[in-house]
Amino acid sequence: MSAPVGQQGSGSGSPAIDIRAVSKSYVRGQQTVPVLKDVSFHISPGEFVALMGPSGSGKSTLLNLIAGIDHVDAGTILVGDTDITTLNESALARWRSRSIGFIFQFYNLIPVLTALENVELPLLLTPLSARERREHATAALALVGLADRMDHRPSELSGGQQQRTAIARAIVTDPDILVADEPTGDLDRVSAGEILDLMAGLNKSLGKTIVMVTHDPRAAERAHLVRSLEKGLLIDSDPADQKDHADPALHP
Amino acid sequence: MALLASYSLRNLLARRMTTALTAGGMALVVFVFAAALMLAEGLRSTLVQTGSSGNALVLRKGSKSEIESVVDRNAAALVETSAEIAKAGDGAALAAREVVVLINLAKRGTGEASNVLLRGIGEKSLALRPQVRMVAGRMPRFGSSEICAGEGVARRFKGAGLGETLRFGMREWTVVGIFDAGATGFSSEIWGDADQFMSAFRRGAYTLVLVKLAREDGLAAFRQSLEADPRLQLDVKAESAFYAEQSEMMAKFLRILGMSLTAIFSIGAMIGAMITMHAAVAGRTGEIGTLRALGFPRRSILWAFVLEALLLGLLGGAVGLAAASGLQFFTISTMNFQTFAELAFGFALTPGIGLLSLGFGMGMGLLGGFIPALRAARIKIVDALRAA
Ligand SMILES: Nc1ncnc2c1ncn2[C@@H]1O[C@H](COP(=O)(O)OP(=O)(O)OP(=O)(O)O)[C@@H](O)[C@H]1O
Ligand SMILES: [Mg+2]
Repeated sequence: MSAPVGQQGSGSGSPAIDIRAVSKSYVRGQQTVPVLKDVSFHISPGEFVALMGPSGSGKSTLLNLIAGIDHVDAGTILVGDTDITTLNESALARWRSRSIGFIFQFYNLIPVLTALENVELPLLLTPLSARERREHATAALALVGLADRMDHRPSELSGGQQQRTAIARAIVTDPDILVADEPTGDLDRVSAGEILDLMAGLNKSLGKTIVMVTHDPRAAERAHLVRSLEKGLLIDSDPADQKDHADPALHP
Repeated sequence: MALLASYSLRNLLARRMTTALTAGGMALVVFVFAAALMLAEGLRSTLVQTGSSGNALVLRKGSKSEIESVVDRNAAALVETSAEIAKAGDGAALAAREVVVLINLAKRGTGEASNVLLRGIGEKSLALRPQVRMVAGRMPRFGSSEICAGEGVARRFKGAGLGETLRFGMREWTVVGIFDAGATGFSSEIWGDADQFMSAFRRGAYTLVLVKLAREDGLAAFRQSLEADPRLQLDVKAESAFYAEQSEMMAKFLRILGMSLTAIFSIGAMIGAMITMHAAVAGRTGEIGTLRALGFPRRSILWAFVLEALLLGLLGGAVGLAAASGLQFFTISTMNFQTFAELAFGFALTPGIGLLSLGFGMGMGLLGGFIPALRAARIKIVDALRAA
């Protein structure tokens, strides 16, 4: 966990994600609204998966379940050997801090903290010393190309720069899995392209497993595997969309 | 953790206006709180310093204050023969017969009448009260209609200044000296020859006998020696304890008044803090969701907001205390309830009062901020993130 950013070279150490018969519904007033209906699928270690589908189809809900910030009604989610649906709240929080990196549509940086402090934040949950924390955060920011913006507040950064800061925050603890909910949804084409390049690079060179929700076909293109949700059901995608599924490392 | 603490602090600073207004409300309450305590403390220390250790007062049995007491000439003479009293260089007992009379004088400026305490003193009185010092003029001559006035009295009352004359007891009295008695009750008195006062006011008896004990711890022995004589129906009290007792009722009254006022005000300030912190939580719901997603436990969120509220309260407390500390430059003159004479005293700030005031500010912050902080810690992560 305290290994510096970028030390891990391949996806071989990453766990597989196995989603088995997951159902989830939300209660709204008297009504129970089913959101996910008996969803099963497998994500291999080091894979870059895009989740697509119309608004309200349950993409974010599924992503939240994988990331361990929401709870299933039925089914199991295995990440490596851990069934995260059985973890209690504090165990789940500890698991998240070690295993998951979050990338949000609106970056979700803390406005009163500088870029460097935002990136340092997740390291507060590790036993690292203040100096080590600073070193790791600096390295992560350098990795996303923001070495010269460390002392800027989020409001002093462009959207693309904020998202890169958020990516630095997501990888600073060296988690195996990155979850991204519409990471380019708030960005212009050029910035979106840069963010996708960065994510593809993290997937390829650091072996991060990436699960990305997106509406943007250009974003989905960068993934190895595109899965679609429709009204809470997983749709079998056109096999033609599946690129280099078997060996993500060979993807150009 | 330093980063989390500075996170709380920076959020306070980020919303400067709300923070300033909320802290300002709490500062007002802390100001009243500290001022009441400082006033009670000022009164207490003034009256405590009025007595000197090693001095004892002899009063009529059961007297709670000087004006209730009567000691006749025979009793006074008997008291002075006690072996427990220290001797002066000339071999005479270090004892002074004093008479205390309340008179009404007009204030300078307004002309409003107020009670002033006259103290008829004996030859040894000054030697027994080292805290009293002549600062202008000279001591009145015994056997004459000369008087001297405490600085506070000279300043506040018509005719009490140096060289001026006062009329009381159907006589004209000339002020020949001004004395300074520091922060003691004597500064609010007028002194003259006890026998002259007694004849002017047609009194046949003294009020008290002030003695210097031969030994610092000789109080009990002195008391026993007087109790052994059945002719004497007298109480013996340590001078400092006697004056301290005088302050108790008034100090208690000030404290209770201050506490009840601040208790009422503090409810308003706490509601203010609560509204501020509720708004802070509502405005940062997305942030809370993010922190929780990153793996921060509910406990950390609770702490961050509680800390923010505590810092807010501390800020209010510090500002209120700073303002209250400025009161030390003012002197209050009020009625001493035991003697019904004017008594001048100041606001006294002690480290204890300072800590209590800061603690009070933080307490208000904590009480106001706890429920919002608890709410912040309880939000479900997905709901918080959706609110962003
Ligand atoms: N916390 C919640 N409480 C109640 N209903 C919810 C909650 N979260 C999601 N829903 C409902 O569940 C359904 C799926 O929501 P979800 O956010 O997963 O959709 P989505 O596919 O991500 O949509 P979009 O593309 O618009 O982001 C929607 O109908 C939504 O209103
Ligand atoms: Mg969504």
